[in-house]
Amino acid sequence: MNPDASTVLQIRSLSCRIGDRWILNNINLTVGAGETVVLLGRSGCGKTTLLKCVNRLIEPTEGEILFQGRATVEWDPFRMRRSIGYVIQDSGLFPHWTVAANAGLVPKLENWEPHAIEKRVNLLLEAVGLPPAEFANRYPRELSGGQKQRVGIARALAADPPLLLMDEPFAALDPITRFELQKQFQAMRATMQKAALFVTHDVREALMLATRIVLLKDGAIDLIATPINFLAGVTDEARAFLASIEGGGGS
Amino acid sequence: MISQLVSLTLEHLELVLVAIGVAAALAIPGAILLTRRAGMRRGLLSFANIVQTVPSLALFGFLLPIPFIGGIGKHTAIIALCLYALLPILRNTLVGILGVDAAVRESAVAMGMTPNQILRQVELPLAVPSILAGLRIATVTTIGTATIAAAIGAGGLGVFIFEGIASVNSGMILAGAIPAAVMAVLADEGLEWIEKRWSPF
Repeated sequence: MNPDASTVLQIRSLSCRIGDRWILNNINLTVGAGETVVLLGRSGCGKTTLLKCVNRLIEPTEGEILFQGRATVEWDPFRMRRSIGYVIQDSGLFPHWTVAANAGLVPKLENWEPHAIEKRVNLLLEAVGLPPAEFANRYPRELSGGQKQRVGIARALAADPPLLLMDEPFAALDPITRFELQKQFQAMRATMQKAALFVTHDVREALMLATRIVLLKDGAIDLIATPINFLAGVTDEARAFLASIEGGGGS
Repeated sequence: MISQLVSLTLEHLELVLVAIGVAAALAIPGAILLTRRAGMRRGLLSFANIVQTVPSLALFGFLLPIPFIGGIGKHTAIIALCLYALLPILRNTLVGILGVDAAVRESAVAMGMTPNQILRQVELPLAVPSILAGLRIATVTTIGTATIAAAIGAGGLGVFIFEGIASVNSGMILAGAIPAAVMAVLADEGLEWIEKRWSPF
């Protein structure tokens, strides 16, 4: 099977067992450039595990994942991870590094020229709404939760990776900040043509950001649908999620 | 008297610095290794714990008859002091490295850092305050314990103390005890200052 040029990620018959429990069962999924595929599901449905299988923080038990047409197990894991942006809920910024150093981590690992790193970091901090003149030399402890997540996004984008993995990046933020960052993410996505795999348990967020929603239930795919089709509520699990928000499945 | 005081103080300092230096050179890399091998952790920590519970005079006594490492003199004392200093340094280094926020470590891995880069650029810098605290505890206790080293002929300020006890001369005991106490306080303050200065974040 020859994936077309815009396919960034292919997940084939992926299953994952941790201990003697199967977390994921026979997952098949393709993500193309410019697409935001949202993995939606309850806590413990396996969505984070699926995300971590992609950059090999967790090794799959069966099946394979192709990143840019090449099996993840054939990549040098360090090289591959530097080509995959990763944003998590707790930001995970290095507390002893400045905002600029945090954002420039991957270019530094890739041995870019210091001048090129600085230029790239300034561009990205600007893009995520943190003017470098004000923020570049601050430390993470001097930032609000929303600002930390912005730096986390800048760090993930620094080396211009074709794929972004985002694990509930906005879940810990207050509703107003969350909405701002969701808007910002939408705006940036429009200009960047990146493939994104986005984990959330928030159906509103899924409907707002997804080009496709992948609903996971007990480690298996329950439904793949565009946001519009998701609203039709064709499975029990989809209806359960829709019922959880105001206006429910009828809208 | 004054010149003897100075030379015994210097001797004392030498015992402490060599013992702490060797202990740090063993315990810090040892702790780093242990963060990579959870299986060995319990064994080595309990060894260091057990050593810590042996009364120091007894440990000096035990070491005396052992060939090569034992015998009368400085090296026996240094080995014993070193064994005592191991635990606080080992434990604090371990705690410092293992205490790095899970999200920070996960990010470091996910950004494509190698284990070596994570150790040197993330784990060790973040563990420095804890490692320095361990060195401080080890140094202060070693300064006290080192006075007992005079019992096996290692010299140091303990010489005055043991002579004072033998001749029931309180002035002589204080001549050993006060400089040792001052040394401990200065070491404590100095290392605390370094500890505070180190954390810019």
